[in-house]
Amino acid sequence: MDYGLDKKTTSLKTFNTIFIIVWLLIACFPFIWTFWGSFKVRADFFSRSDWWYAISAFNTLIETGGKFTTNAYSQAWTEGEFWKASKNTVIVTIFVVSISLFLGTLGAYALSRSTRNYAFWLLILALIFRAMPHITLVSGYLFPFFELQIWGILPTTIVVLVAINQPFTLWLLYSFFKTVPRELDESALIDGCSYFQTFRHIIMPVMWPGVITAGLFSLMLAYNDFTVTALLLNQENHTMVPKIQSYLGTNQHEGNLMWAVSSVVSATAPLFILVMFFQRQIISGLTAGAIKG
Amino acid sequence: MPNKTFFWFFLPTGLAMILFIGLPIISTGIQSFYAQHDQIVKEVKKCDPFGCTVSIVVDNEETSKIREAKPLGKFNGFGTYTDRNHLAVEEIKKFWNETESFGAFIDQVTNLPFYKALIFTLTYCLFVTPNVLLLGFIIALSLNAVARKIRGPLIFGTILPMIVTPLVGSLVLFWMIDSQGIIGANIQNLMNDPYLSLKSSKTLTWITIIIYGIWHHSPFAFVVFYAALQTVPQEPVEAAIIDGASRFQRIKHIVLPHIYPVVTFVALISLMDNFRVFEPIIGFSAEGSAQSLSWLIYDNLVNEEVILFGSAAATSIMTIVGIAILLAPVLIRTWKEFRIAR
Repeated sequence: MDYGLDKKTTSLKTFNTIFIIVWLLIACFPFIWTFWGSFKVRADFFSRSDWWYAISAFNTLIETGGKFTTNAYSQAWTEGEFWKASKNTVIVTIFVVSISLFLGTLGAYALSRSTRNYAFWLLILALIFRAMPHITLVSGYLFPFFELQIWGILPTTIVVLVAINQPFTLWLLYSFFKTVPRELDESALIDGCSYFQTFRHIIMPVMWPGVITAGLFSLMLAYNDFTVTALLLNQENHTMVPKIQSYLGTNQHEGNLMWAVSSVVSATAPLFILVMFFQRQIISGLTAGAIKG
Repeated sequence: MPNKTFFWFFLPTGLAMILFIGLPIISTGIQSFYAQHDQIVKEVKKCDPFGCTVSIVVDNEETSKIREAKPLGKFNGFGTYTDRNHLAVEEIKKFWNETESFGAFIDQVTNLPFYKALIFTLTYCLFVTPNVLLLGFIIALSLNAVARKIRGPLIFGTILPMIVTPLVGSLVLFWMIDSQGIIGANIQNLMNDPYLSLKSSKTLTWITIIIYGIWHHSPFAFVVFYAALQTVPQEPVEAAIIDGASRFQRIKHIVLPHIYPVVTFVALISLMDNFRVFEPIIGFSAEGSAQSLSWLIYDNLVNEEVILFGSAAATSIMTIVGIAILLAPVLIRTWKEFRIAR
């Protein structure tokens, strides 16, 4: 946005540049540092004697003979069974995204095309559901799931994540459906399409940007979830995030910190690449609810 | 859309939400009135040549039998709500009568687990939310002033803290701030205190978690404010420049009023998210000095011996009440607007 009239003084410009650089350092440096450190041994990245070892790789040279080592990765993925966790994450993510998009588009379409009062109240109810802390819901699930003996398996977690995700997906898709003109439906209905045919053949083809955005958010929720997956899955079925937590160790047993470091990098990298490609959609999704009302 | 068509379109998502959000809340409510069974003890008489001794041992068989018969536990009414780990009614009465000064009373009360967690949760909300709004707005303003060509990568860098899961985000920071990490070690050198570390002080831990919260949530505020700034109309701004308004005056009198609805939206969302703060406590391994309401529930649910369903459920219900209090003003306003619109 260029005001034309708006002349910025040099000192303001310099100050602005410095501020942005400082902020970007704060935002990005922790990730760069962790990425760098994941190729070191523990004695270097968590050095008791000198933090400079993390850069000079003093102990990494002694222990492995090189300045960089991929030991942490290979051990975490094989011994630490991180491959299993990533397999579970992929399964959970794929199912959660496809099911919640299927349910969400249907529901949001109905909400956006209804003129009744109850559509408004359903949206408010969804907002209230969105506000529920996930852990309070989990405390409601655990007991019935134990009794029904469906605790610990992937399908249960997938269904739960889909449901938890619905309020946000509904709101997001609702605001996207609102931007599709009603005349489009009406002409299709007059031509003799049923509501479902209109939805399937007329509205969905123009809704792809919205669907992709909603899909990205479902993906981030399923991929990033800790509360639900940590408490509803058994050890065998753990996804990436609870797996990382299990590497940290507890009071009873020593964890393997370098496994955690390398798994954090392995888990974060795909997410960053995804955001790089879909940055526009994510930003439009976050603002859809706020700007368009 | 006719009611019938609406029903069929909405049924799948409605069913999912009722079954897995509505029912669990009810289930939590029911569970909160029950408590786990006491262990059944029996007297065992043991005789040896020197005489007989009677000892009390846990009757495992009977205990598991009663647990199987009534898995929900025994009915406890509001007992769980008022016990020491929750509202602690009796303890507070006792402190009130025994302590000399009001300060001492407050000290005693804030040492009770529930109140401790409540105070941390509220402090976190109180410090993080306004700072997130402020920082997000400043970043949006300053990114809005740079050349359009380089904005893309800058925005990418800015939103990174937001897209990683809180556990990973807090771990990444923790590994730097810890006494063996790059920042922690340098602070130790700077302060000349080799024992200075995150775990050594409660205040430091709280500050770290709050800084983490601002770091994690600011990008969200930034994204929304940035998009809102694009919709600010040009003409009033230009008129203000001609009239000689300073940059600060323009922001205060034109930009802020224009994006005001968005500010309330961001404030509401981040307040809701901050109230459920939980993962950073695990990431920073700060259980010792900082506990939140959500962490209390988690701790009850991962209890090693018996899962404390009743205790977790009671805390959950009180958390939901807290959320309801936070949401009430917004809901009331929406309802009023809705009534007027009709």
